[in-house]
Amino acid sequence: MKDFFLTLYHQRMLVTAAILFVIGFAGLLFNWNLIKKIVGLNIMDTAVYLALTSAGYVNGRVAPIMADPKVPATMEQFINPVPTGLVLTGIVVSVSFTAFSLALTVRLYRKYGTLYLDDILFRAKRSVD
Amino acid sequence: MLPFYQNLPFFSIVACMLTGIFTSLIHNGRTAFRVNLVLLSAVAAAQLTTLVCVVRSGAAYDYMVGIIGHPWGNELRVGPLEAALCLAFAVVMMMCVLGGWEDLNHDIHPEKLPLYFVMCDLMMASLMALTYTNDLFTAYVFIEINTIAACALVMAKDNGATIAATMRYLMMSLLASGLFLFGLSLLYWITGQLLIPDVRDAIQQLYATGQYAIPLTLILGMMMTGLSVKSALYPFHTWLPDAHGSATTSSSAILSGLVLKAYIVLIIKIIYQVVTPEIFNALHLNNVFLVMGVLAMITGSLNAIWETHVKRMIAYSSVAQIGYIFLGIGLGTRAAMIAAVYQILVHAFTKPLLFCCAGELASANWHHKHLYYLRGAGHHAPLAGLGFTLGGLSMVGVPLLGGFAVKFYLADAALLGSWQLVVALGALAASSLLNALYYVPVIVNIWSKNLHGDPDPLPGLRRKPVHAPFVVSTLCLSLGAVALGIFLQPVADLLALGLSLM
Repeated sequence: MKDFFLTLYHQRMLVTAAILFVIGFAGLLFNWNLIKKIVGLNIMDTAVYLALTSAGYVNGRVAPIMADPKVPATMEQFINPVPTGLVLTGIVVSVSFTAFSLALTVRLYRKYGTLYLDDILFRAKRSVD
Repeated sequence: MLPFYQNLPFFSIVACMLTGIFTSLIHNGRTAFRVNLVLLSAVAAAQLTTLVCVVRSGAAYDYMVGIIGHPWGNELRVGPLEAALCLAFAVVMMMCVLGGWEDLNHDIHPEKLPLYFVMCDLMMASLMALTYTNDLFTAYVFIEINTIAACALVMAKDNGATIAATMRYLMMSLLASGLFLFGLSLLYWITGQLLIPDVRDAIQQLYATGQYAIPLTLILGMMMTGLSVKSALYPFHTWLPDAHGSATTSSSAILSGLVLKAYIVLIIKIIYQVVTPEIFNALHLNNVFLVMGVLAMITGSLNAIWETHVKRMIAYSSVAQIGYIFLGIGLGTRAAMIAAVYQILVHAFTKPLLFCCAGELASANWHHKHLYYLRGAGHHAPLAGLGFTLGGLSMVGVPLLGGFAVKFYLADAALLGSWQLVVALGALAASSLLNALYYVPVIVNIWSKNLHGDPDPLPGLRRKPVHAPFVVSTLCLSLGAVALGIFLQPVADLLALGLSLM
């Protein structure tokens, strides 16, 4: 039992990321309100960034750009910078998706006067028949 | 010194993206259309050259993108299978744009038309990048580019129904991307690698020592679920009929014929290059695909039978056809995988043919898309009627057409299995029957004359003039469907070579 909690403590970043991911995922899946869906999307993506950055973090080391320039550089002083780069790419992707979804939401709101996707789909179907 | 042809895949991807940027400066739809056609022909020629050179050299090669090498840099991996798929994608993409050109002019605001081709260019770039990439994170980025382009293609018609359908598609896609990305970051966590060969080595070590057995299954499950949602495998297909049924003709054809396939190609890449088929089958993930594939084949067809809107019917038929691919993946043998890739090619040619012809038939009948109004439409647009007949018969599995070849190879591969044999053969038989149940009545319907005393549903129609782009597209796609049905052995040999070099 003690081992279990110790593992949880050592992997606390991953555990937090998993919890956040589930919250975001559920928000995206189970909300009908489009704005809440988009908030859920951002929580979900943030969880992934937390997982990625903590995957590359080594206790007591710094990012290469933060290192003291007077000290000669060695591998041992740096964290793994690759996940940080991945997070940057991920942020770009999620920003563009947020913008795209918000633009669509505005369009749908102007057309149907509601933010609830079930309502919108119902009205869209009725307008086709 | 690198032989020049090895650069072609990378150049094609970059050319597509640059042309996309350049096209956004064009304000004339017709010019953008021509630029797009030139680009796609050039890309198709480049893929053909690559294919010929790779088959001649008899080996796949890794192409280093940029100057940073192996463990950190980005790579493409080019083999016969990838080149063949990209060649098919480029040709079909061109035919989709040609076949739907008339409907594009009808459905899309003239000022927005150049932007449609921007999305086509981005789509082509992402299709090729997904097929060629040797880096999992690059795959993720291009999945997202593909999703945005696909959503934009769906909403191009810009009426309420398409925007609502796009929203639904977008939300499902975002869930799927989230799952894939989280799976990918966990995979990076336990393997520390992103390039596919390195990840494979790490996974094999982990599997041999038995470490992280449960996380590995979970991660693969998440990534595969994400990709299955995007490729509309059975329980996750709910977004597909709306998106494919309401979009303009070209978009429906591109989405059904190509976009779904790109994700499936990625699934096949992950199975063959990242986890290797042995580990994948040992984790019993292939059985999940088998069951879902069979369910998709049956339910997709059942839904199509009840449908009265012709494009939604074809869209449900896509769900069933995707089921065939997953049946092939799920059987788990090399022969079955060849059948699955064969189905990717056949469906990539047949489904755009059906969509383009259905669009033409509908526009010959004043854009009515309900089956009742399509009665006799074949007489108003004979070429479209012929194309639809050919495509429908191929889906049913008439010999000498592509659909038959797929069913033959799938049945042949299923004979090696134990319980899979009964499931696969039963599903193939049932699904062929169900396909016939909805395609044959529609084909009969479009060729029948109005019955005596039955009022003409749409009086005053005359024969629709044929346009050159549509003729080229129908002929080319039909030729593809027929060629895939006649030259079984050469194509299957090429695919087998490609899979063995993957």
